[in-house]
Amino acid sequence: MGVRELVENSLDAAELAGILPDVYVRIVANEASPENTEPRAYRLSVADNGPGVDPHQVPRAFGKVFYGSKYVLRQSRGMFGLGGTMAILYGQITTNKPVKITTSTDGKSRHVFEMLIDISENKPIIVRKDVEDAMGKTGTRVDLVMEGDFTRSAQKINDYFKQTALVGSYANLTFVDPIGRISTYERATEAMPPTPKETLPHPYGIDVEALKRMIKITDEKNMVNFMANKHFHRVGDTIAKKFLTFAGIDWRVAPEKLTNEQIVRIVDALQRFPDFLPPDASCLSPVGEQILQTGIIKELAPEFSTVVLRPPSSYSGFPFLVEVGLVYGGKVLEPGRKLFRFANRIPLLYDESSDVSFQVINEQIDWRRYHVPDEAPIAVITHIASTKIPYKTVGKEYIADRPEIEAEIKNAVRESLRRLSVFLSKKGSMEAVQRKMNIYGKYLPLLAKFSTELAGKKREPRYKQLLKDEEEAATEAQPEVTAEEGEKTDGEKIIEQTTIEDYR
Amino acid sequence: MNKPRSKTTAEARKDKVEKALSSLGDKVYQDLDSGRFPSVTFASRSVRNIVYDRKLEQFILGSAQVKRAAGNIKHIRPFTQLLWLAYFSNKLVHEKRTSTLRDVYYSAQAFDVEFMDQAESDELITDLEVLLESAREEFNVFPEERSAIFGNLTVEYTVRGYEGKTLDLSSHPDGMMIGPALTTAEFKDTDADIVIAIEKGGLFTRFIEEKVHERYKAILVNTAGQPPRSTRFLLRRLHEELKLPIGILCDADPWGAHIAMVIKSGSAGAAHLRDLTTPSGVWLGVWASDIVKYKLPSDPLTEIDIKRLYELKADPRYKDKMWHGELDTFLKIKKKSEQEAFSRYGLSYIVDKYLPEKLQLLKSY
Repeated sequence: MGVRELVENSLDAAELAGILPDVYVRIVANEASPENTEPRAYRLSVADNGPGVDPHQVPRAFGKVFYGSKYVLRQSRGMFGLGGTMAILYGQITTNKPVKITTSTDGKSRHVFEMLIDISENKPIIVRKDVEDAMGKTGTRVDLVMEGDFTRSAQKINDYFKQTALVGSYANLTFVDPIGRISTYERATEAMPPTPKETLPHPYGIDVEALKRMIKITDEKNMVNFMANKHFHRVGDTIAKKFLTFAGIDWRVAPEKLTNEQIVRIVDALQRFPDFLPPDASCLSPVGEQILQTGIIKELAPEFSTVVLRPPSSYSGFPFLVEVGLVYGGKVLEPGRKLFRFANRIPLLYDESSDVSFQVINEQIDWRRYHVPDEAPIAVITHIASTKIPYKTVGKEYIADRPEIEAEIKNAVRESLRRLSVFLSKKGSMEAVQRKMNIYGKYLPLLAKFSTELAGKKREPRYKQLLKDEEEAATEAQPEVTAEEGEKTDGEKIIEQTTIEDYR
Repeated sequence: MNKPRSKTTAEARKDKVEKALSSLGDKVYQDLDSGRFPSVTFASRSVRNIVYDRKLEQFILGSAQVKRAAGNIKHIRPFTQLLWLAYFSNKLVHEKRTSTLRDVYYSAQAFDVEFMDQAESDELITDLEVLLESAREEFNVFPEERSAIFGNLTVEYTVRGYEGKTLDLSSHPDGMMIGPALTTAEFKDTDADIVIAIEKGGLFTRFIEEKVHERYKAILVNTAGQPPRSTRFLLRRLHEELKLPIGILCDADPWGAHIAMVIKSGSAGAAHLRDLTTPSGVWLGVWASDIVKYKLPSDPLTEIDIKRLYELKADPRYKDKMWHGELDTFLKIKKKSEQEAFSRYGLSYIVDKYLPEKLQLLKSY
């Protein structure tokens, strides 16, 4: 429905500017379209409190496909900056109505644009332009009309907001649906995840097309400088020279003079050269334990929850890290295992069973080993942060089973399960003590009564002391549960992890 | 006329049970009062602990013991139920009331110690029997009544409301039901020389009509199939207290034979009890060899009958040569007959001809 794309743009914009996000979303059925039919035209409005967009940039930012091609990598929600534009384009194609962008960067004046995208020329057509009083508020509001089937999408939209609130507990989200029902997800923490840093692509991740584009824009005059200066991640003079020798390329040759055959040779050598440094993960931004815990407590009100943050790792030259939240019991969860998947803080809502996280928790983890019953009310939250998420398809709904990522998810889920297992066994023994005391509490008075009568005594025996002693003994005898219980990792190889600090 | 041996037998038994109950209460009370979880230990009733005692000629419990400890979370419920049973029985005994197994099961519900089902309460009643070394009849828990007694015997009731009242057991021609009142009554006066236990009500009535009690000076007992324990207990008392020989008359099949055997040697289920057997009891008939000897109308043995015969052959209670021989005869002739089969020779044949011959067997005692 386009909701996700616009909301993610809004969240990204506010976070990059260090502003705690407030996002308001409303879907209203368009009066012009006939009632009670689906799909029909809806007006979708998304407003944020972000930094706003420079009015000069608005036509290009919202009215042109493939705006701002990137030569740097950064972990961000938006998919190559395209998502929002695609939603606008979809609205225009289905309803032929212009999109309305209202934005203010200074809180004083507010610029309103109504525009269409000229698809054949790939350029914006401004229909109306206006300036209004911003009344002290910065931010951007997008109003677009699009065709959609709200009845069918309602569940997914609700899931989307709930799950976004789970990892975005620092945001205020408001959603008003076509019937007028308001869902609010209130901010529960002032903490925001650190802004992800931009980073250069790592040599492992470069293909022929990427290298050709780099050669086109570079102003470096020889290959050593091209390799070492501002195009590749963590490549310096020494490594550049070593690599060029390895690839059999003259140090002094100018990049634009490279033949096709040489370019292919370089790309091939990039994959095989053993001495590149691993990617720096400081560009990654996990949700963080505090924010995720806050979201979990707010949205799921659990009996137990834990968050495991794995150290960064990499696959094919792309840094990534895995966070896992494990949630047990409480007021919201129903019996059975539930999985919430996130990639760069975006909830993944479709094709769950094809996802690497699904495979790991359902096929590779032996839950019985952690004494967690199949029908226990459990939610597993997996978050993968990376400069490039390895989606399996262009639909970007599920993540491929890269062995490096799979191993990290497995490690994180296991660690979280160990913690749950400790919690459950403590809870179990507390309950056992309570049950035991309840039983003693029921039967000892009866024994006292019957024996008094049988023995022909007047007063009852002093059994209450026995009850008290027993309770003390039982409480003290709480078994210490070791975190390692039941965990002997078979065939799991312990991967040496380097922390973010080590990379710096 | 035989004089009852002791006037206080019923009293003595009552004293014994009361003492056992109050000492159980004392023990539990002392444990609780000094801050200990009470426990009781008694003989195990598991199949492995049931052994045949040749001297007593009955099954007894071996040396294995079980411990019921209130401190064990799995035991405390049955332990409390057991103590409740003791408490309940104590009240029965003191108030001279009686109860049935079914009654006990329902009564527990008023005390918060309810049983899951009657099987559970029956089981615990048996535990209490083992613990007190007394049959439940002695703490006034009786089965449903179905057996009857008839004959020249005067009893004096001990049950509440009838203390001191006497009854002549020949005063009602259907016989008197053997219930709590009769089982606990004192034997006052009799002119009987023998006791005949009969498997079936039909023959019991025939014997009364034919005045067997007068002609043979016999007390007649209708066991109504396999006799309830209270009936076995009464038979033993008739033998012990009045020194009367006991003769047993049943159908000529493995089931009939076993009725006679259970009266003599008891059942494995009552291995923990001693006062239910009459080892000197005599199986008068109807034997397998009688089927041949008297040319009785018969039916072929069924597969179940045959299987049962082989079981009995392996049973230590049947080691006696005569008994074993009869089992073999059954297997040889593959026939069985009922007591009524004698009617082919006329209704009184069994009393006029068969019985006198068989009663010779009792003379040797």
